[in-house]
Amino acid sequence: MDKIVCTCGNVNPAGTLLCESCGRPLNKETEDKKLVDMRYEGSARRSQTYNKTIIDKVWNFFSSVKVGVWLIIIILVAASIGTILPQVFYVPATSEVDIAAYYERIYGTFGTLYYELGLSDLYSSWWFQALVGMLGISLIIASLDRVIPLYKSLKKQKTKRHFSFLKRQRIYGIGNIENGEESIKKAEEKLKTMRYNVKREGNALLAERGRFSRWGPYVNHLGLILFLFGVMLRALPGFYVDETMWLREGERLYIPETNGYFLESKEFIYETYSKEESEEVYGDAIDRVGVIAKNYQTNVALYKGPEGAVAGHLEDLTFEKEAAIQVNKPLKFDNFSVFQMDFRLDELASMTFQLQDKETAESFGEFTINLSDPQPVYELSNGSKVEILDYYADFTGFEEGVPQSQSPLPNNPAFLVKMYTPEFPNGETSFVMIKETLEPLGENKHKIAFQSVETRDVSGLTIRKDLTLPILMLGGLIFMIGVAQGSYWNHRRIWIQQLEDGQVVIAAHTNKNWLSILRDMDTVSELANLPKYEDQQDEDSKADKEEGV
Amino acid sequence: MMVEVSSTLLFIAFVAYLVATFLFGGAVKGSSSKASKSFERWGKLAITVTIIGFVSNIGYFITRWIAAGHAPVSNLFEFTTAFGMLVVGAFILIYFIYRIPALGLFALPIAIIIIGYASMFPREITPLIPALKSYWLTVHVITAALGEAILAISAVAGLIYLLKNIDMTKKSKSRFWIEAVMYVVVLVLGFIAATTTFTLADYKVEFNYVNKEEQVLTMEYNVPPIFGMNESEAITENAMQPLMEMPPLVNAKKLSVVTWSVIFGTVLYILLRLIFRKRIASVLQPFTKKVNSQFMDEIGYRSVLIGFPVFTLGALIFAMIWAHEAWSRFWGWDPKEVWALITWLFYAAFLHLRLSKGWEGKKSAWLALIGFIIIMFNLIAVNLIIAGLHSYA
Ligand code: HEM
Repeated sequence: MDKIVCTCGNVNPAGTLLCESCGRPLNKETEDKKLVDMRYEGSARRSQTYNKTIIDKVWNFFSSVKVGVWLIIIILVAASIGTILPQVFYVPATSEVDIAAYYERIYGTFGTLYYELGLSDLYSSWWFQALVGMLGISLIIASLDRVIPLYKSLKKQKTKRHFSFLKRQRIYGIGNIENGEESIKKAEEKLKTMRYNVKREGNALLAERGRFSRWGPYVNHLGLILFLFGVMLRALPGFYVDETMWLREGERLYIPETNGYFLESKEFIYETYSKEESEEVYGDAIDRVGVIAKNYQTNVALYKGPEGAVAGHLEDLTFEKEAAIQVNKPLKFDNFSVFQMDFRLDELASMTFQLQDKETAESFGEFTINLSDPQPVYELSNGSKVEILDYYADFTGFEEGVPQSQSPLPNNPAFLVKMYTPEFPNGETSFVMIKETLEPLGENKHKIAFQSVETRDVSGLTIRKDLTLPILMLGGLIFMIGVAQGSYWNHRRIWIQQLEDGQVVIAAHTNKNWLSILRDMDTVSELANLPKYEDQQDEDSKADKEEGV
Repeated sequence: MMVEVSSTLLFIAFVAYLVATFLFGGAVKGSSSKASKSFERWGKLAITVTIIGFVSNIGYFITRWIAAGHAPVSNLFEFTTAFGMLVVGAFILIYFIYRIPALGLFALPIAIIIIGYASMFPREITPLIPALKSYWLTVHVITAALGEAILAISAVAGLIYLLKNIDMTKKSKSRFWIEAVMYVVVLVLGFIAATTTFTLADYKVEFNYVNKEEQVLTMEYNVPPIFGMNESEAITENAMQPLMEMPPLVNAKKLSVVTWSVIFGTVLYILLRLIFRKRIASVLQPFTKKVNSQFMDEIGYRSVLIGFPVFTLGALIFAMIWAHEAWSRFWGWDPKEVWALITWLFYAAFLHLRLSKGWEGKKSAWLALIGFIIIMFNLIAVNLIIAGLHSYA
């Protein structure tokens, strides 16, 4: 398309509505309007100028604020639907079948429907992510479409504007005053003290302040784009680690994904508030609610093994540091953080038994089974021994005569053992459970008598590495700078000119806070005795004037 | 000791806000041009009393902070009270930019209702559970509440704008909805009235019930049980039998409280209508007569502009930093988080519609009201209905 040459001589890009230099309307439509649309200074935006190719159409689609707002609203509504029922990651089930069953059992038909429609995992669904992606594209295109022509236009603007531009401003006034030249001079001085940037061109004046606030939206959009980019990066390998581990007191385990770090739990501490320590302040709350947790803490030691060590030779480890991991106080090392997330108190650690004669209770010796590492044989005195044939950590009963264990956690340990004594060198078989003993191969003379247990606490820890955090932080920071820039400052311009015929024109534009610019003008006008002006859009003031209030 | 001082200061603030409301009423009434001297005097007095109340309110906040050893924003009472206080703070801020007494006449009652509502929840000082022990909690909650409070002022401006500009003599959608808003405000008063009544009567009954995990638990009702919990059985002798039993998914106690609030509120609303023989909105309309609509429109926009960045910082950025320290991830799609995001998206849409689509005046005023409803929904309903990590009470 062709460039548009204005009467003033300025060559404007195709699609310009108001001459960049003098402000004259450049087409009939703009000329016919009582007020000009100043949003982008009437500059030539790509989206308003071209509409031929596919690229034009896509560009125009994404640069439309209408589309942007629709995207925001759709995301908003979708997000709210996701809060009707808990999302899958808050549901106490892991397999698909269990999850489906959970929604059905707790929430009935509605739950099933919710699950079937995929609403139970809405935020990771492809369509939700696509919406957010489109929002990102829209942000980029809409910003580019506007910021470049806006920048050029603001840069090119002349101090002296054409009358047809001034009279189409929202705030506008014209009149004969006694000494125009003098008034403009006074206004210039006053505006300078009000931190306006004042320019003169003959008998024309332009006072401007806060132009940088016009870039606010584009800066904040840039921050958002950066943030979304950071979120996307997490999908790449190496940027993001999210693992969990259960660590028992006394245990030393490899920390998943860390390339050679090991963690040992020295102790898990669980504290609640006691009434005595805080009777005066917290007494009432404790009376009403009952037990209130005060602290979850795992005291740990961190070790580093040789590069790539995952298991095995614990003696090769070098001690790094001791730390107390609490909620809100993760252990940090080498881009990783370890969080206190969960715990189980008093898990069985070991059980101590005695091999006894059933009748006389005569003892053949004691032995202790470490439940996380049961030995095949425990040698006792005088050649007696106990052989562990099988171990069921979480015994749930028999199925067709076969003992079942539902998990490797020692919640309900049971053992199939063979007891060897001098009297029975071939052994007697017994099935030992916590409260009871079975004798599957006939009556025995000896038994295994339970003596004591030791328990320990288990810490549930989360291991996290997130290399995208600095990008997210930067995105957030840029967003805040941009949004403050655009919200707490505004772009005000006041034009004063003496026309050929001696009349003085005053016009003003601000991108927001019209009352504040009017206040500025009142201050100047009082001193410099400028012609009367009014806000051509304020209906109430006009009505008030007519009523004579 | 400190705790009592703290309560007294809150009470003083409450009374001061009440008095200031009447003074602002005087200022608005007298604001015709011939009486402008007296109008200025009323206005000055009103804002002075408001500031005294606000200082006393801050005194409450600080003394309670000292007594508890942590910022008093850790349970529903404390958080809601702080929100009420900040609404007054935001009002004072905006008042000093625009000096419009009508704003006080509407903003203060809203703050009063919020603080009154807060006082219906258990008021004792609760010790912090481990997840809440972080200075980020303090920073996050206070900044987010401040942002919400400033945004709330835009709803006040919107309300005034609508009251002034809706024709109450003709039947219209606007007239219906603005009255609906009035009715909801009266329902909150109904909640306060119902709770106070049953608390004064010291009403207490206990029931056993079976929850959705099929455990038997006990529930104490402080209002007569209109709805019963799943398979509930009275423990208290001579307890009123629930009229209807609810499935395990529904918290019938809360439902009963809501129902009582609606009953009390509706009765109150009908009484008001009978006394005034007019819609509530029509009763209030004369107070907005002298207001310049464009002023209100600009105040509404300005408060969103001031509040939006503060809200973003507090409710999203600080929240993410804290979530990262406490729960190892900066974002977890917890309902409360999602609703903060929704609020934020909503105000983003508001700003775009206004700036680019020219949604000013009535449209903008309605949006500001809807925004406030979303904020209150997050404050109240998400806590009460959709329980998540953030559920306080
Ligand atoms: C959640 C996402 C978004 C946020 C938080 C956001 C934020 C903002 C803010 C705060 C402003 C300044 C408004 C004012 O000063 O009244 C703004 C302006 C603007 N936004 Fe967005 N925005 C978002 C998404 C979008 C999208 C998707 C588009 C695409 C069409 C868009 C296009 C614009 C435009 C064209 C402006 C006006 C710029 C100007 O005239 O100076 N925004 N945005």
